[in-house]
Amino acid sequence: MSAEDKNQPTAAQLAAPSLPKKHYLNSRYSPGSWLLTKDHKRIGLLYLMSITFFFFIGGAAAVLFRLELMTPQGELQPDTYNKLFTLHGITMVFFFLIPAIPAVLGNFLIPIMIGARDLAFPRLNLLSWYLYMVGGAFTIYVMLAGGVDTGWTFYTPYSSTYSNTYVMATAVGIFITGFSSILTGLNILVTVHKMRAPGMTWFRLPLFVWSNYATSLIMVLGTPVVAIAILLVAIERGFGIGIFDPRLGGDPILFQHLFWFYSHPAVYIMVLPAMGVVSELVATFSRNRVFGYRFVAFASVAIAVLSFLVWGHHMFVSGQSIYEGMVFSFLSFLIAIPSAIKVFNWTATLYKGTVTFDTPLLYAAGFIGLFTVGGMTGLFLSALAVDVHVHDTYFIVAHFHYIMVGGTVMAYLGGIHYWWPKMTGRMYPELWARISAVLVFVGFNLTFFPQFILGYLGMPRRYHVYPDGFQVLNVMSSAGASILGFAYLFPMCYLLWSLKYGKPAGDNPWNAIGLEWQTTSPPPTENFTKTPIVDYEAYAYPGSIIH
Amino acid sequence: MNKEFQLFPEAASSVASSVDELYFFLIGLTIFFSVLVAGLILYFAIKYRRGNRHVDRLQHPAPIWLELSWILFPIPILLFIFFWGASLFFKIYRPPDNATEITVVAEQWMWKLQQPSGRREVDTLHVPMNQPVRLKMISQDVIHSFYVPAFRLKQDVIPGRYSTLWFEPTKEGEFQLFCAEYCGTEHSQMIGKVVVMEPNEYQNWLAGGTTNEPPEVTGAKLFEQYRCGSCHTLDGTRGRGPSLIGIFGKQVRLNNGRVVKVDDDYIRKSIYTPAAQVVEGYQPIMPTYEGQLSEEAVMQIIAYMKSMTQQAPAAQGEKTE
Amino acid sequence: MHTPEALSTDDPHGHTGLEFAHHFDDWQQEYQSKSLGMWLFLVTEVMFFGGMFLVYMVYRYQFTPAFDASSRLLNLWAGAINTVVLLASSFTVALAVHAAHLGNRKMLVRLLAATLLLGVVFLGIKAYEYSEKFQPGHQLVPVAGWAFDYHGPEPQQAKLFFGLYFAMTGVHALHMIIGIGIFVYLLWFARQGRYTGGNFVSVELAGLYWHFVDIIWIFLFPLLYLVDRS
Repeated sequence: MSAEDKNQPTAAQLAAPSLPKKHYLNSRYSPGSWLLTKDHKRIGLLYLMSITFFFFIGGAAAVLFRLELMTPQGELQPDTYNKLFTLHGITMVFFFLIPAIPAVLGNFLIPIMIGARDLAFPRLNLLSWYLYMVGGAFTIYVMLAGGVDTGWTFYTPYSSTYSNTYVMATAVGIFITGFSSILTGLNILVTVHKMRAPGMTWFRLPLFVWSNYATSLIMVLGTPVVAIAILLVAIERGFGIGIFDPRLGGDPILFQHLFWFYSHPAVYIMVLPAMGVVSELVATFSRNRVFGYRFVAFASVAIAVLSFLVWGHHMFVSGQSIYEGMVFSFLSFLIAIPSAIKVFNWTATLYKGTVTFDTPLLYAAGFIGLFTVGGMTGLFLSALAVDVHVHDTYFIVAHFHYIMVGGTVMAYLGGIHYWWPKMTGRMYPELWARISAVLVFVGFNLTFFPQFILGYLGMPRRYHVYPDGFQVLNVMSSAGASILGFAYLFPMCYLLWSLKYGKPAGDNPWNAIGLEWQTTSPPPTENFTKTPIVDYEAYAYPGSIIH
Repeated sequence: MNKEFQLFPEAASSVASSVDELYFFLIGLTIFFSVLVAGLILYFAIKYRRGNRHVDRLQHPAPIWLELSWILFPIPILLFIFFWGASLFFKIYRPPDNATEITVVAEQWMWKLQQPSGRREVDTLHVPMNQPVRLKMISQDVIHSFYVPAFRLKQDVIPGRYSTLWFEPTKEGEFQLFCAEYCGTEHSQMIGKVVVMEPNEYQNWLAGGTTNEPPEVTGAKLFEQYRCGSCHTLDGTRGRGPSLIGIFGKQVRLNNGRVVKVDDDYIRKSIYTPAAQVVEGYQPIMPTYEGQLSEEAVMQIIAYMKSMTQQAPAAQGEKTE
Repeated sequence: MHTPEALSTDDPHGHTGLEFAHHFDDWQQEYQSKSLGMWLFLVTEVMFFGGMFLVYMVYRYQFTPAFDASSRLLNLWAGAINTVVLLASSFTVALAVHAAHLGNRKMLVRLLAATLLLGVVFLGIKAYEYSEKFQPGHQLVPVAGWAFDYHGPEPQQAKLFFGLYFAMTGVHALHMIIGIGIFVYLLWFARQGRYTGGNFVSVELAGLYWHFVDIIWIFLFPLLYLVDRS
């Protein structure tokens, strides 16, 4: 690629787009202009760097325990193994998946997409990044000091009484990070309500904005509950007050209720924004309006509402009453409907479109396929009798990785590639990007598909020693994980490379519709030199029909 | 017992094959929809690729029934799976009355089991084939989960309250037992096996143990040893505490006005936290036996109280009104 | 939004050249955004306290005797006086918002000072109440290893009550302390007339927050102090 650059200082190159003279990246250079910035775009980049850091920490932990799991009798100490999967879960859930799309892409794009100059509360936005970093610092401290072994679910009374690891510091870190996502959610909600440009009505909003709006609702309503649940664990641990430990008079199942009341909706915090990204990608690369726009928009809100009513499906075998189990099973089936609406509408969007196979579309197609498998296997878990067998086995592990990794991470990478030219002003190398998109897909399936089979065979999760019969499938999974690890390193390398050597992208390299493509790449600090006036529908591509 | 590579687990209980049927139905459904979606995406993406000039891209307004069709048509499928799963779930969790009761105490990181005849085991459970078995389980520390993949059954074992699980093995052999709820350092070593035997072999095995004292006999001894009888009579007369003869399974009114059933959990609670639920008309003077009586001992005392109810069904119980 | 809706009639200062942050179109937009933001923040606070109220309700139902007996050990008078104090402070803060709307600097400063004072009185009484629970012989702090001078039914569960008592009133008191900090800040700038030139947003938001803290207490008081007094 760099050779190509050197060879063409010709007229063609000169006519090619160039970077604008002044933009948000080069307006000021001092460290303070980054660390104290109130510009949502710079804060988005701060988040991008920090979540990438945590992604690789969580990923490294995963690589280590996948290596360990290649043999039935592990090499690691059991405690080390337990700390590794806990570290993996905590960093990936709280420090990568939850902030990934809302705090990076949402932060960067939502104000631009609705024609605003910034989020409603820029200082609050900076504060939430700092809260995230303080929470992250606690997690790093715990990791270096010796780790924590409760699993990311902190089930009591193990976490509150029995574990001898750094539960308190971890709880404090997660508590603080929780406020970071509350503030991000609050900021997005107010921004979408109050900061839209003239003519940007609710039904002209890009679906990415709709899905982040729904996500923010969950963040604002759910996060405080897990914050208080974790605070109560800390109180029980610190003062010996029996809130959850039955030996002190408490009830361990109550913790599970409080925890899953947030943590099931949190699954949708992770996947809803990803659905928003996919809507954008599918529309742009089929040059078509998203089919059933309003249905897709309302499906996001429906998912947000229903997500608060299904937490009990994590407790079918916990001894709760069988009638309670039935109600939660029924509600869990309901939430499949809005998800199905989205999948069918994305597919229908391609119909009679003009499809180009750029990298972002590869990721989006990967998302739809893997999310379909992940969602369908969710039905196995909602069906009570099957859940009894596969609960807490590798089947669950495979299921949620199909949603979280096959879904969210695919969409996140697709979104990063799609908006990379907007964020940096430069294109990434297309060939490398396509290769790594395919590698991610292959590596992912090799890693997680065998785990479905392992799960139905009965291998429980969080086992570092297992019967010999499970070895073949575990080795396959570990082999896939090594491919996946490399596939995730590639984009980081070539994206960094493109910062200096990538071709200038121009304002609208994809020829897409949307306010973010009407400003320069990278945008100026104020986003738009003149407040845009919106007099057209979202995704109004030529030839597409607006209902 | 999972020594060799396999793709599908053995089915060895009365419910296993029903669970498998639902599972296969769901797999079929998953394949159908995944192939449908992936196929349509590929087909549309290739047919409507930018380079293809010989394709009609003229759009017409989509009819509303199209959108409605994929909203409505999953609903009956989902309801069907729901009812299937739920009815099976009922079958799995409703124990038959004639099941043999085996007690299970879980602790980090072992399973302690006791047969009704008194024989005790650790990490191994012997059960007769084609006979229903009911497990009464409790944990001494953190949450565990009793999981036998070949039976397709799992139940969390919780500290502080009893949970039950029943099954009817249908195949002779040894089957893997796992702890499925993460319980600390040696979680993955908290494993064992379930040995399913022919009923008469099982009877022989039961007789072969060294300590074969049935739990209710041990319970009676504990009752003596801890001098429970100095307050609780066994003949229906009123002592400092209620008489215990024949009360198991009855309703009692508490001093806060609530009416509760005397069941395993109630008796256990009355031993460990006696002041919590005092029968109407009595003083909360009983000391706690937490720390003195183990979970196993409490289970034996409960067995003793049950046996008294069975022996004296006509005996006059404590007045409950 | 771009077409500002008319403000309520008691606001005489529509959009008369008031300062607003650069990323807003006008003062109205900033005002509406901040109000909505505060309301949303209060929603998260409701969920936050809601978790504790849920835990309280579950255990109060399960362990009624312990909770009733423990409740009677709380200082009813201190709680009742505090309720009056807090309600009075809600009244003064409402008047302060009114003074800011009117643009009356002197009145605003006095009312903010009164609110601040009432807040401090509340915390003082609370501190006295807490200290009672640390008295040897009447010690009711459920810390493992400490003496626990409770002689009613279900002592283990009484610890749960007092644990919840300290957690809930403690988190509430923390909110009070934050509120007092906010009022010190407001008082400082109110003296300089920052909020009486038409830009009353900050006073209004602080008022909303204070009312919320008050309402939480209105729930805490009966649940903790009054459950079994007849």
